[in-house]
Amino acid sequence: MSGQTISEKILSAKSGGAVRPGDIAVCDVDLVIGTDASSPMAIDYFEKMGGERLFDPSRVVFSLDHYSPPSTPKTAAFHDRVRAFAARTGAEVLEVGVGISHQVVAERGRVLPGDLVIGADSHTVTCGALNLFATGVGSSDLAAAMISGRIWLRTPETIKITLSGTRPAGLAAKDAALAIIGELGAEGANYQTLEFHGPAVDAFSLEERFVFSNLAVEAGAKAAIFGVDAATIAYLEGRTATPFVAIDADADAVYAREIGVDISRLSPRIAVPHSPNDVVEIDAVAGTPVHMVFLGTCTGGRVSDFHEALDILERCGGRLAPGVQLVVTPASREVYLRLTADGTLGKLAAMGAIVTTPGCGACCGTSGAIPGDGMTVISTANRNFKARMGNATASIYLASPAACAAAAITGRITDPRTIG
Amino acid sequence: MRIHLEGRARVVGDDINTDYIIASTRKRDTLDESLLKRYLLETVDPSFAASVRPGDLLVAGANFGCGSAMEIAATVILAAGIRAVIARSFSRTFFRNAINNGLLPVEAETGGIDEGDQLVVTLDEGALTVANLTRGSQLEAKPLSPMMARILDAGGLVEFTRRGGWGP
Repeated sequence: MSGQTISEKILSAKSGGAVRPGDIAVCDVDLVIGTDASSPMAIDYFEKMGGERLFDPSRVVFSLDHYSPPSTPKTAAFHDRVRAFAARTGAEVLEVGVGISHQVVAERGRVLPGDLVIGADSHTVTCGALNLFATGVGSSDLAAAMISGRIWLRTPETIKITLSGTRPAGLAAKDAALAIIGELGAEGANYQTLEFHGPAVDAFSLEERFVFSNLAVEAGAKAAIFGVDAATIAYLEGRTATPFVAIDADADAVYAREIGVDISRLSPRIAVPHSPNDVVEIDAVAGTPVHMVFLGTCTGGRVSDFHEALDILERCGGRLAPGVQLVVTPASREVYLRLTADGTLGKLAAMGAIVTTPGCGACCGTSGAIPGDGMTVISTANRNFKARMGNATASIYLASPAACAAAAITGRITDPRTIG
Repeated sequence: MRIHLEGRARVVGDDINTDYIIASTRKRDTLDESLLKRYLLETVDPSFAASVRPGDLLVAGANFGCGSAMEIAATVILAAGIRAVIARSFSRTFFRNAINNGLLPVEAETGGIDEGDQLVVTLDEGALTVANLTRGSQLEAKPLSPMMARILDAGGLVEFTRRGGWGP
């Protein structure tokens, strides 16, 4: 019998039997995550299902991140409904301003190697950078898991991505991740897990690996998992006292597909309107005028992202192009506080940035900073669907924090390697 | 279990994401599908929702329901009176959400279906077929997995869970 991939090992352990791709696994869930966008419906389903109590209140978390802060009475009411439910059932609420669900559970050591995590937010896959199986579900699957502590999953095939080569100067994690999802296409990894391997994994910090796992869902991936190395252990140190066991793939694991990515051959990339998979080299659209620059989200809202952006801004004198709005939204309060302590946010604000509440921010048009008619936006986010940010006439480009910063300086889409 | 649906094809393209089915900004104001259905697919075609008749069948290309896992994308389609979506392929989260709410996702080659074609979708003991009455053609659809069929047979995940789900 051949060996197993990481996701096959995790699903086997959580379902109590050896599973192979295609097998249905009914799995015990380590953490169930709802958001203010998905939990009101989940609570409805929970009640209709006859739910009375949570299977384990310490394993259910609700995050108030999409409407952060609420901009309408209705969204404020969604929050109150979630708070009341959590108070009654004992679940934890990550309050307004704490940050994006999958970012915060990672920061707080609530998700560990080997875990199985479900979240009613497609970007829950982000947590896979910490060597676990994390996947997005809808509100009804969330509700069923809140009651039973279990979820059924079809064991996915795995695509092995091997990163090799030397990282070129000026290559952001976002560039490499965009190159991968551009290559895979919008459903290139549908129903499958991406597993990242290779000598060049080392070239990316843990924060940067979150970018790869996060964007994997834009290729349809069910999970996107890295192994454990010194960077993983360093990230988890101080965040958890719980012991964990690293999960690695067997040498003879069977992959549906193997893709080699030589990062030394990559250059800055950008996803053009209106698909995250429509990825080109940034030079192809250089010069396009930009009106709004958005630094934030679960793709590009971590400390190293803002440092990457600030570095370009400072090297270019820190003067924003006339008419360009720079919106800055830390992914979490931890990020916000660290950027406050090291002076980054103060410097960005002094340049004219609008700093908004940690959370999903402007990404899906739910928390303000809606672009005006006909505006062109360059953003560190993961989706650029038409109307995604709340205005169907806006055009959204997705790029690295460095490329976004370069555009803030020049007022045009600019290869960040060419300025400063 | 047997399902028989007859209706008019309403054709959309590839990669219709859940934001296109119902914009995130719309669900800031209400989660009531009977109100949200007037915005169904507005980003793709602002006149679409007003032209939907109960019983219509949604026909799409590849990767229907990609993007956000928001379940309301499935329930808004149901609220508009559409009981099945026939697509070349589906995103996994949309497929689950559809089954969980009793919306029938049918995976079939949809290239030959035109707007307005009269279709009959039949699920009979696991066999899924699409007949195109307008063209006189018959399409084989991919069968539902046994787990999906069990949930759909129960009437959705609410009833499935009420009946004990996957047991103790």
